[in-house]
Amino acid sequence: MYEILKKTVWSAQEPRITEFVLNAPEIARAHKAGQFVIIIPRESGERIPLTIADKDAGAGTINILFQEVGASTMLLGSFKEGDRLTHVAGPLGKPTHVEKFGTVVCVGGGVGIAPVHPIAKAMKDAGNKVISILGARTKDLLIYEDLMRKASSEVRITTDDGSYVKKGFVTDELKQMIEVEKIPVDLVVVIGPPIMMKFVCKVTEPHRIKTFASLNTIMVDGTGMCGACRVTVGGKTRFVCVDGPEFDGHEVDYDEMMARQRQYLPEEKQAADICRKKLCHSA
Amino acid sequence: MTEEKKDQGAAGQGGQGGEGGRKGQGRPKVPRQSMPEQAPLVRAKNFDEVTLGYTEEQALLEASRCLQCKKPFCTTGCPVGIDIKSFIGLIQSKDYLSALAKIKESSLLPAVCGRVCPQEMQCEKVCILSKKGDSVAIGRLERFVADFQAKHGGGRIPKAEAPTGKKIAIVGAGPSGLTAAFDLTVMGHKVTIFEALHKAGGVLVYGIPEFRLPKAIVEREVKVLEQMGVEIKLNYVIGKIKTIDQLMSEDGFDAVYICNGAGLPWFMGIPGENLNGVYSANEFLTRSNLMKAFRFPEFDTPIKRFKNVAVVGGGNVAMDAVRTALRLGADNAYIVYRRSKDELPARKEEVEHAMHEGVQFKLLTAPVKVLGNEQGWVKGLECIEMELGDPDDSGRRRPVPKPGSEFTLEVDAVVVSIGTSSNPLLFQTTPGLGQTKRGYIEVESEQTCRTTKKGVFAGGDIVTGSATVILAMGAGRSAAKGIDEYLKTGEWWSKGAL
Ligand SMILES: Cc1cc2nc3c(=O)[nH]c(=O)nc-3n(C[C@H](O)[C@H](O)[C@H](O)COP(=O)(O)OP(=O)(O)OC[C@H]3O[C@@H](n4cnc5c(N)ncnc54)[C@H](O)[C@@H]3O)c2cc1C
Ligand SMILES: Cc1cc2nc3c(=O)[nH]c(=O)nc-3n(C[C@H](O)[C@H](O)[C@H](O)COP(=O)(O)OP(=O)(O)OC[C@H]3O[C@@H](n4cnc5c(N)ncnc54)[C@H](O)[C@@H]3O)c2cc1C
Ligand code: SF4
Ligand code: SF4
Ligand code: FES
Repeated sequence: MYEILKKTVWSAQEPRITEFVLNAPEIARAHKAGQFVIIIPRESGERIPLTIADKDAGAGTINILFQEVGASTMLLGSFKEGDRLTHVAGPLGKPTHVEKFGTVVCVGGGVGIAPVHPIAKAMKDAGNKVISILGARTKDLLIYEDLMRKASSEVRITTDDGSYVKKGFVTDELKQMIEVEKIPVDLVVVIGPPIMMKFVCKVTEPHRIKTFASLNTIMVDGTGMCGACRVTVGGKTRFVCVDGPEFDGHEVDYDEMMARQRQYLPEEKQAADICRKKLCHSA
Repeated sequence: MTEEKKDQGAAGQGGQGGEGGRKGQGRPKVPRQSMPEQAPLVRAKNFDEVTLGYTEEQALLEASRCLQCKKPFCTTGCPVGIDIKSFIGLIQSKDYLSALAKIKESSLLPAVCGRVCPQEMQCEKVCILSKKGDSVAIGRLERFVADFQAKHGGGRIPKAEAPTGKKIAIVGAGPSGLTAAFDLTVMGHKVTIFEALHKAGGVLVYGIPEFRLPKAIVEREVKVLEQMGVEIKLNYVIGKIKTIDQLMSEDGFDAVYICNGAGLPWFMGIPGENLNGVYSANEFLTRSNLMKAFRFPEFDTPIKRFKNVAVVGGGNVAMDAVRTALRLGADNAYIVYRRSKDELPARKEEVEHAMHEGVQFKLLTAPVKVLGNEQGWVKGLECIEMELGDPDDSGRRRPVPKPGSEFTLEVDAVVVSIGTSSNPLLFQTTPGLGQTKRGYIEVESEQTCRTTKKGVFAGGDIVTGSATVILAMGAGRSAAKGIDEYLKTGEWWSKGAL
């Protein structure tokens, strides 16, 4: 099980973005949009959460897509087709709340475009008009454009450096849609770096547009047992792995969340350095 | 009746005679044998097992202290009723494998229980010699025979009865699930255990540290189950990948035993609790034990090595966390507990070990607020002193704050170890599964383990709330009996009939 059937390198530029198609029939069958898996790449490995970006229930496969930002994702990136991941647990987390809202804007930033994809698809299938805004630092790092076009009635793209379509941030485009074009928006779903989610929520809040943010906190077990993933939402402590990963974006304490995400920076750096030097072995 | 009197009388005499020997019967006065252990300041820096176990000689001496009472009280103190007198008798005659077999009639994991049972509150509390304060060291002897077999081999894999054709799913591979799996397999049923984590053992592998319970012991027992034909499916979070209903309707399981523990950690609800450097004991211990973060970067999961650590709570979990903090290199490791030493719920031995290793106990002290620095990291724990007032519901005197006694402990980490409750996942995904007021699974009785959903049984911490390994194992055994009976008769109880 958990064999890598297909490996695609989306962007060879560092940090590399890689996608795996994994053989995981039972997970594929149970999966709903918004859910994730926890992967342990090797026996001595750590448990890392990755969103299920796509699936083929018939073929019994799931897709995961990750950016090589640290030791574990670099290690994963060194796996080849035919290799097996030691452990994959899932699907975890609550599925996205999907119903007919009207017009749904799906905002994906960077590697966050992949997790937004199944949600866009589910929203479209539920009869919503889906407009997607995809953001990347540069053209080469833009992923899933074709899939997102299939899942949306309209796709808008921004790049930080202007190397593709429009120069700017996803927040600029969202503001333009809401404030200038006056498109009536019923729901915004946003996945990306916390700072981006924070600012997307700042755009939607004055207009009282319901906004779901999918949080990517540090996790250990992913089953509600440890509390490593806790965040403050609406003044209450919630566990992202079981109460989320999606929350009312206007209620999330992003500053606390960002501080908590930085907890292991020195250790992460140390591990990444070791990985770079020896290329951590996947045994 | 007369026999009972005789025993008590004998104990009285033993008491006067000192050292627990039976006076007037020519027995040598052998003191309770202490168990060899690593020196406190050495062990406080490593993760190897603290206690080393009896040598054969010591075990024989200790066993010789047992009076082989006609009416052995000790057994009444053991939650699973181990025939203690007989197994110690077998040690006296050096037949260690038979002693082990005798224990295994009632308990699947003697190597575990011998190490972690709160004996002083159970079997050893009622041993006749305890009147003098030095009961037979039953737990240590239990551990001795289990370790003896592990070291020297011998013993057989138990044989199962003819297959019944029935399939049973067990949710959770903790002590309760492992025990139920064993019994059900011996009865001839086909058992599959579904475990959420990537290792079987439950709290035994993620919670209790290596220095108190070596993981190799748990692995060995799990292997025996697999050799007997139990299938263990790891990384299966039931309620997510499959519901209980799907297990029965789609996968053809005839019954399900839920024993998923009480793993959801409580936090204190005081200001500053989400600062960096505040952990639940579960997170702290899981990183260290299950993920082996104490060996980072050789293992990939990181853990912080703090200089000053406060652990809030006084149970086994708190002791495990504070001693782990010491071993990770803390200069000051504190226990912050709101009652007094006598009320510490942890095993006595663990409290003593912690003290010898240099853990500092701030008793009659309660946390008020976690203080943070500008970067969002813990810099202190504000506490208040307590005094004991009138008894509360539990019969213990209620701690009340002393006004104006606030003080700050300078620490860079706080580990919260004030208890756990049930994970809501299975209630959310299993229609018809009844819940008690305290949030646990409702059962007909702890003997039958029947829930309000036909064909579904539950036991262990998810029914009782956090308890002990031996109680969870006892529940596994009761559940196995209950399931077997149900499979034979098809009978259910009135509340769950629909
Ligand atoms: C529910 C959930 C779903 C996720 N889905 C995806 C996904 O589909 N694709 C993907 O690439 N990543 C996803 N992530 C984030 C992913 O888990 C982390 O990138 C990964 O754990 C990093 O591991 P590492 O050892 O390679 O890097 P580390 O050494 O742990 O970290 C390296 C750098 O990345 C930052 N970082 C660490 N963890 C996170 C995080 N959770 N979010 C953002 N930055 C982080 C660190 O601050 C550090 O700067 C998800 C996280 C969660 C909680
Ligand atoms: C740190 C610590 C120290 C302790 N020390 C002692 C001690 O010294 N002596 C003593 O007697 N007791 C001690 N205890 C208590 C004792 O460990 C527990 O009472 C006992 O383990 C309960 O057993 P259980 O089988 O009911 O549950 P657990 O051991 O909790 O096992 C439950 C298992 O179910 C799994 N699970 C949960 N949800 C799901 C799901 N949805 N699907 C699949 N699997 C799932 C969990 O991952 C876990 O493996 C300690 C507990 C802790 C936390
Ligand atoms: S299982 Fe525990 S309570 Fe029972 S005899 Fe052994 S140590 Fe004592
Ligand atoms: S262990 Fe204690 S109570 Fe039990 S038979 Fe021996 S002396 Fe008697
Ligand atoms: S990751 Fe442990 S509780 Fe969420």
